Amino acid sequence: MGFYLAQVLTGLANAGALFMVASGLSLIFGVTRIVNFAHGSFYMIGAYIGYTLMQVLPGAVGFWGAIILAGVAVGLVGLVVEMLVLRPVYKAPELFQLVATFGVILVIQDLALLIWGPEDLLGPRAPGLRGVVRIMGEPIPKYDIALLVITPFVALGLWYLIARTRVGVLVRAATQDREMVGALGVNQAWLFSGVFALGTALAGLGGALQLPKGGADLLMDFNILTSVFVVVVIGGMGSLPGAYLAAVIISVVNVFGVTFLPQSTLVLIFVVMVLVLMIRPFGLFGREEVAGEHGQVGEPETPIHPAGPRVRLLVAVGLVILAMLPLYGSSFSLVLATDILIFCLFAASLHFLLGIGGLVSFGHAAYFGGGAYVAALLVTHANSPMELAFLLAPFGAGLAALIIGWICIRLTGVYFAMLTLAFAQLLWSLVFQWGEVTGGDDGLVNIWPSEWLKASTTFYIFTLIFTVGGILLMRHVAHSPFGYALRAARDSERRAEATGINTKRVRWMAFTLAGVMAGLAGGLFVFSKGSVFPNELEIARSFDALIVVFLGGVKTLAGGVVGGAFFKGVEEILTRFEYWRLALGLLIIFVVIVAPQGIVGTLRNMFRRHVKDET
Amino acid sequence: MNPVLETRHLTKAFGGLVAVDDVSFQVAPGELLALIGPNGAGKSTCFNMLMGQLKPTGGTVWMKGDNVTGRTPRQIWALGVGRTFQITSTYPSMTVVENVQMALISHHKRVYSVLPFARRLYRDEAIALLDMGGLADQADRHCAVLAYGDLKRLELAIALAHDPFILLMDEPTAGMAPTERVKLMQLTADIVEDRGVSVLFTEHDMDVVFAHAHRIMVLNRGALIAEGSVDDIRGDPHVQEVYLGGGTVFGDTDA
Repeated sequence: MGFYLAQVLTGLANAGALFMVASGLSLIFGVTRIVNFAHGSFYMIGAYIGYTLMQVLPGAVGFWGAIILAGVAVGLVGLVVEMLVLRPVYKAPELFQLVATFGVILVIQDLALLIWGPEDLLGPRAPGLRGVVRIMGEPIPKYDIALLVITPFVALGLWYLIARTRVGVLVRAATQDREMVGALGVNQAWLFSGVFALGTALAGLGGALQLPKGGADLLMDFNILTSVFVVVVIGGMGSLPGAYLAAVIISVVNVFGVTFLPQSTLVLIFVVMVLVLMIRPFGLFGREEVAGEHGQVGEPETPIHPAGPRVRLLVAVGLVILAMLPLYGSSFSLVLATDILIFCLFAASLHFLLGIGGLVSFGHAAYFGGGAYVAALLVTHANSPMELAFLLAPFGAGLAALIIGWICIRLTGVYFAMLTLAFAQLLWSLVFQWGEVTGGDDGLVNIWPSEWLKASTTFYIFTLIFTVGGILLMRHVAHSPFGYALRAARDSERRAEATGINTKRVRWMAFTLAGVMAGLAGGLFVFSKGSVFPNELEIARSFDALIVVFLGGVKTLAGGVVGGAFFKGVEEILTRFEYWRLALGLLIIFVVIVAPQGIVGTLRNMFRRHVKDET
Repeated sequence: MNPVLETRHLTKAFGGLVAVDDVSFQVAPGELLALIGPNGAGKSTCFNMLMGQLKPTGGTVWMKGDNVTGRTPRQIWALGVGRTFQITSTYPSMTVVENVQMALISHHKRVYSVLPFARRLYRDEAIALLDMGGLADQADRHCAVLAYGDLKRLELAIALAHDPFILLMDEPTAGMAPTERVKLMQLTADIVEDRGVSVLFTEHDMDVVFAHAHRIMVLNRGALIAEGSVDDIRGDPHVQEVYLGGGTVFGDTDA
């Protein structure tokens, strides 16, 4: 009995930091509609700043003062980020801002590395709270008890702020209807900045508060991000009580998981999430996003046309130049070009879903990595010939997409995005923790192509055929009746349904097709590298594709491919330098601000203006 | 003649509020039937139940003798029902003609086809439909730049794409300039005449209603309070009271 109580208490204590970070994310999303990917980064710098302050400030007052000051400092950093990076892009297409926040992640990672160095920092103990107390014979760290007490006060304070003050009224009003709040004379810019600062301050506070339990390290940002997304989604986007309850559920499940099912703790959390969302699609306390509630942002997409003869000629010339690369390029350039082509196919498959279908998937790596693992598992365990394994990669990924898609397409918007993320993480944790079959962290190695494809030249041509074929196929589908129906479902679900189009089934099929294509890219990937590791399934891989699609241009047909080629190329060059994340992050932020329509979209607009000027 | 559309005791309650209360009516083939009533009378709720967007809490909807209560908008469309919305609903990323082609593609059951170019399918048919509403010269314009009146006419062309036996038009002229309104309703009346389509529409503009409707039903606080020819309704003291203010819209009794 005492044992279980101790477990629950530990879970509740762990829920503290998680709740603070999650409530910050939830607040920011509710008011600004920004999915702040960088939220984990603010949590991380909260820990680092708290650590530094604790070295300087003495005693118990210094310890608690450092935690509060860390929260304030991170809030100020958040304020600066909001004003410099996010304010210029509020008018960009929906969800575009998350690309900017991804740039912020990279910048903060390298800045933290610069300032605090690569070593993990061990958090100092809280003065006066060292050691344990015994409850029913079980040892509970005193600091856990302190956290248990503090968290409800923070939660209560937040609740008071939101429910009882004028600021809270504005925040709740903005969550429901931003436009109306603006029309009533509220300065939206400052409301957004204020809420962003508050949200990031909460993240910083959470980071500093967990120092004695976890310390500070450079992987904190992504590590907490998944849990935070899970909490926010289970609780319901924008709901504080939901965030608290979900943080408690997740933490307690986690503690029990570590004790009883140490092999599958990660899987357990995502199973809980999937179960909750299948029963309550908008989270425990969330409410349905009403389509069009927040209005269409940005200019409407222009009609699409099949490429004219001039563009076709240009593409054909480009393909010939690519096909002849083995004749003039170095062997390194062949490997690089293979990488880029595979990534372009992966990005194009997400673009098909996101651009044409309007379905923002945060977990597209599931099908890329999924395809790669299908092939690798077949080779490793069934000794299957490369050709068969390669053919079954897109098939396996497509099957996964068919099943996961069936569940996900019942949701829309950000809930759809989160559920796809949850499934991707579920798959990742499965691969990561099921070591006997998947090799776990060590991955699967020695997955090489057959003899006739061994040479890098032949494999390059092989890759070129399949990637270009896949990309052209998706492009053609976009122009076919099915592609039009997919756009119709995106443009106006109501009209599409009222003219006999089964929008859910159309989206489901599109989701599956995108999965097949990502699986094809994954199959090529595993044979080009000879190995596959769980990080091909992880959240960062999904984000890579997402960023590239947004930067290339969502509302253009070529966005995925152009963005993929450009950024994979830039990344290859930049990663040779030590602080490449900083440079890449700044580049991403720069592109986001000067080209909010993406590279292709902005170039197109410039071209049109040019044509208009001449006539 | 058998009615093409019939409701029997149609009722919709949102919690304690009964938005549509025991409404029964019939629409004859080729009839242009107006459903009028003050704001909040339950017209749109009634429409949404006919088209399957809302599920009635009681009563049934019949089309050409079949009970269609509880079917989805998609299924009801497939029976041969066209719909225009109070706030226009078109595909802004497509051209005008592609909007109509999309409906034709769906009608010809080719939504899942991936081989042909969609823009080449049924284009002539689509142009002919646009031509009926005088939109053929705008066929290749971007739908998002269309004037609101033109969007309304485009919706009409889309609604006619599968050769429906009845059109449900929710405030077809809302948001249009007065001259445009008259033209659109004239167009609708002509279509009724030429094609033998029935039309059920809601409307606030009495000029439009009195000029074209064959028959009028008046809804107030969810219930049908009058029904008859244009002249009957014009002379009905109860209707005048509702429209010119007897305070019965929200009723003194339950205020």
